Amino acid sequence: MGRYVIRRLLQMIPVFFGTTLLIFLMVNVMGDPIAGLCGDRQCDPATAAQLRSEFGLDKPVWQQYATYMGNVFTGDFGTAFNGQKVTELMGTAFPITIRLTIVAIVFEVVIGITLGVITGLRRGRPVDTTVLILTLVVISIPTFVTGLLLQLLLGVEWGVIKPSVSPEAPFNELLVPGLVLASVSLAYVTRLTRTSIAENASADYVRTATAKGLPRRRVVLRHLLRNSLIPVVTFIGTDVGALMGGAIVTERIFNIHGVGYQLYQGILRQNSQTVVGFVTVLVLVFLAANLIVDLLYAVLDPRIRYA
Amino acid sequence: MRGATQAKWAACAVTVALVATACGGGGGGGGGGGGANGIVSSSWGDPQNPLEPANTNEVQGGKVLDMVFRGLKKYDPKTGAATNMLAEKIDTTDSQNFTVTVKDGWTFSNGEKITAKSFVDAWNYGALLKNNQKNAYFFGYIDGYDKVHPDTGSASATKLAGLKVVDPMTFSVKLTQKFSLWPDTLGYPAFAPLPQSFFTDHAGWLAKPVGNGPYTIEKYTKGSSMSLRKWDKYPGDDKAQNGGIDLKVYTDNNTAYTDLIAGNLDLVDDVPASQLKNVKADLGDRYINTPAGIIQTLAFPFYDKKWDTPGGIKVRQGLSMAINRDQITDQIFQKTRTPASDWTSPVLGVDGGFKEGLCGAPCEYNAADAKKLIQEGGGIPGGQLKISYNADTGSHKEWVDAVCNSINKAMGNNKACVGSPVGTFADFRSQVSQQKLTGAWRAGWQMDYPLIQNFLQPLYYTNASSNDGKWSNKKFDSLVDKANAESDKAKAVSTFQDAEKVLAEQMPVIPLWYQNGSAGYSEKITNVALNQFSVPVYEQIKVK
Repeated sequence: MGRYVIRRLLQMIPVFFGTTLLIFLMVNVMGDPIAGLCGDRQCDPATAAQLRSEFGLDKPVWQQYATYMGNVFTGDFGTAFNGQKVTELMGTAFPITIRLTIVAIVFEVVIGITLGVITGLRRGRPVDTTVLILTLVVISIPTFVTGLLLQLLLGVEWGVIKPSVSPEAPFNELLVPGLVLASVSLAYVTRLTRTSIAENASADYVRTATAKGLPRRRVVLRHLLRNSLIPVVTFIGTDVGALMGGAIVTERIFNIHGVGYQLYQGILRQNSQTVVGFVTVLVLVFLAANLIVDLLYAVLDPRIRYA
Repeated sequence: MRGATQAKWAACAVTVALVATACGGGGGGGGGGGGANGIVSSSWGDPQNPLEPANTNEVQGGKVLDMVFRGLKKYDPKTGAATNMLAEKIDTTDSQNFTVTVKDGWTFSNGEKITAKSFVDAWNYGALLKNNQKNAYFFGYIDGYDKVHPDTGSASATKLAGLKVVDPMTFSVKLTQKFSLWPDTLGYPAFAPLPQSFFTDHAGWLAKPVGNGPYTIEKYTKGSSMSLRKWDKYPGDDKAQNGGIDLKVYTDNNTAYTDLIAGNLDLVDDVPASQLKNVKADLGDRYINTPAGIIQTLAFPFYDKKWDTPGGIKVRQGLSMAINRDQITDQIFQKTRTPASDWTSPVLGVDGGFKEGLCGAPCEYNAADAKKLIQEGGGIPGGQLKISYNADTGSHKEWVDAVCNSINKAMGNNKACVGSPVGTFADFRSQVSQQKLTGAWRAGWQMDYPLIQNFLQPLYYTNASSNDGKWSNKKFDSLVDKANAESDKAKAVSTFQDAEKVLAEQMPVIPLWYQNGSAGYSEKITNVALNQFSVPVYEQIKVK
C-alpha cells in the first residue's frame, strides 16, 4: 500500500510539469498581453517596454517558464496585472470555490446515491422510469440554462434567494449555485448507482446475506451498496477536479468570485501569471482527488488492498 | 464507517470556521437608512490596473477616482464645460507658460493641507518612466517630459523641468508648445493632487486610497467590493447628497441587471445588450440612455501600400456610403448609438466643436453611389475588405457582420466584406499596434476630456500616440498646430473644425456612430444621471 502511494506520488511529477508547460505555452501563443492594458489606445513604447520587463515578458518563453517554475517552488506565483499577488487572489478565490464544490459534492452524494439506490432496487417500476426520464432531462439541459432559469424563478420571480452571491459567499447562499453546478454530475451518479445496484442485486453474496436472515437494511447498505459504490466513487473523485475547474459558468451566472471568475478574468486579460498559477493548483487538486479515489478503493474492497 | 464519521466532523469544523470568518469579514456595509444618509449600491467591474490617478485608464477605476478625487478643474456633468475646482486661477499670456494658483482651505480626507506641492509631486510621479503610469503621456506637453520619460532607455531626470513651485499655493507650468486649451484638460483624474502618504507608504495607500473628493474609501476588498462613505468635512460645493456608495464587482453585467430587477441592487451603469429589448418594460423611465464622449470608427492601414493610394480616398468614401448606419443603430444597438456624421461627439456641444453633418454625403447611406465610387477608386484593395475585431468582449461580431452585409448588398457581391475575429482584446490590440493588420479594423475612442482637440490630435496627427493606421497629412497637421496656438477659444475650436474638414476630404477612418451611456436604477433612488464619460454622477444621487 505504501509503495503504491509513493508510486502514485512520483507519477504526479511529470504530469505537473507537463500540464504547467502546456498552459504556459497556450497563454503565450495568445499574443502580447501588455497591448490590452492600455485600452483602445496604444501604450506608450517606453512604459510598455518597462511593463514587459517587469512581468518578464521580454525574455524567451523557455526562460520565462524556468523562472516561473523556480519562483513557484519558493511559493511565489507572481503578480497579476492589477498589482495583486496571485497567491492573494488564490487566497480569496479557492476557499469560495471549495465551499461551492463541497455543496455540489454533498448534493451529488446524498441525492444522487439515494435516488440511485431507490431506483436500482425498483427496476422497471414507475419510480425508476420517472427518475430515469428526469436525469435524462437534466443531462440534456446545459448548466447555464438551468442556472439562469433557477436564478430568474427563485431570485426574481419568487424572491426566495438573492440572484447574486455576496462577496463573502457563505454556505447558505451557495446552495442553489451548488445544486446547479452538481446537476449534471448528480444525474450521472444516480444512473451509475442504479445500474451498479441493479447488477449486484441478484449476486450470490446478496442472496446469501438475505438467506442468512440479515435485515434488509443491512443487506442493502453493508453488502449491496458497499460493493456497488466503486464506479460511483471513481466518478465523484474525478468530478471534484472537474467541478472546481468547470465552475466558470456557474460562478459567472451567480456572481461568485471564485476560481472560475479569476481564471476567466485572467484569460480575458491574458495574464499568464494568474492563469498558470490557478491551473497549477487545479492540476494538483485533480491529482490529489485521483489519488484519494484509488485509496478509497482499498477501503471499499479489501481485495484491492492486498493486490 | 469510523473514517466517514471523522470526515464529517472535519467538514463541520471547516464549515464553522468558514462561516465565522465570513461573519467577521462582513458587516460594515449595507443598511444606513434613507434620505441624506442612505447608501446606494451600484455595479462595478474589477479595475484593470492599480488605483492610482495617473495609472487608471478605464471606466471602472475612473469611477472611483471620480468620487475620491477633485482636481484643478471639474467638467460640468451636464454641459461638459471645464470649471475651476481647486484652481483659484490659471493665468497665461502666451498660451505656453501658465501660472496656477491653488485655492486655500482644501485638505485631503486625512487632514493634510493641499498645496501647490501636492500637485507638482503628483505630476512628477505620474510622468516618471520608472513608475509605469499608463497615463504618463498626459504630462507629455510639459517641458522636460522627454527627460523623465524617454521613448527608449532610462530617464535622465526625475522631475519635470517645466514644473516649479513658486510659493505654497502657486506653481508655474511651462509647455513645450503653445496649447491654449491646456487648462481645460486639467479636469482629467490623472492631474489629481496626491497626499504625502502616497509617496511614503505606497502599498498602504493602494490598499485604501486617500483623496480629497466628496467620498472617502471606508473598505476596499480588491476584486469584489468597495464601500465609499460621504466625507462630512468635504469643502467643495458638490457635496454628496447620499450617505455613501457601495460598489459591487459583477462578473457579468447580466447578473447585475438581474440583481437590479430583483431589488438587490440600486444602480447598473451598463445595461447588457441582450436586455435592451426588455429594459423599457422592466424599468420605464428609470432607464437612462444619453450620449457619451465615445465614437466608433473603422480604421485603415496606411502603412500598407495597398491602402495608401490616390484612389483610396474614393474607395473609403464609397465604403462609408455603403454602410446603413441608421438601420444598424436601430436594429442591433436598439438606439443606444447615434449614427455619426463627424469625427467628434455630440457631448462637446456646438460651442465645443461638435458639428452635425460635417462629414457630408460620404457619411450618408447611398448604395448606388457607393458602388460607383469604389469602382472609380480601383475597387477594394485585394478584392475583399476584412474587418478585424476582438471577439471576447463587447459583442462586436453582430455589428461587424451587419456592416459587412450592408457593404456586400451595395456591392452586389456576397464576398466583398467579411468579419475577421481575433480571440482576445489584448491580441487584437497587439496586432493593431504592431501594424500586423492588412485590412480594416474596428476602432473606438473614448475622450479623456471634453475638447475637440482630444478627438483629433491623438488620433490623426502624424505619428500621434493613437494614430494606429499611420495616416499622415501635412495640411491637417498644420491646422492642428495653428488651432493649438490660438489664444481665443472660439477661434481655436473653429480652426480644429477646419482640420476636421480635411478628414472629410480624405476619409482616413470611417466614422460609424456615437456611443451612448446606458444605465438603469431602482425605485429607491432618484436624481440619477450620467456624465459625458458615461459614469454616473454619484454625489448627486438621492435616496428616498
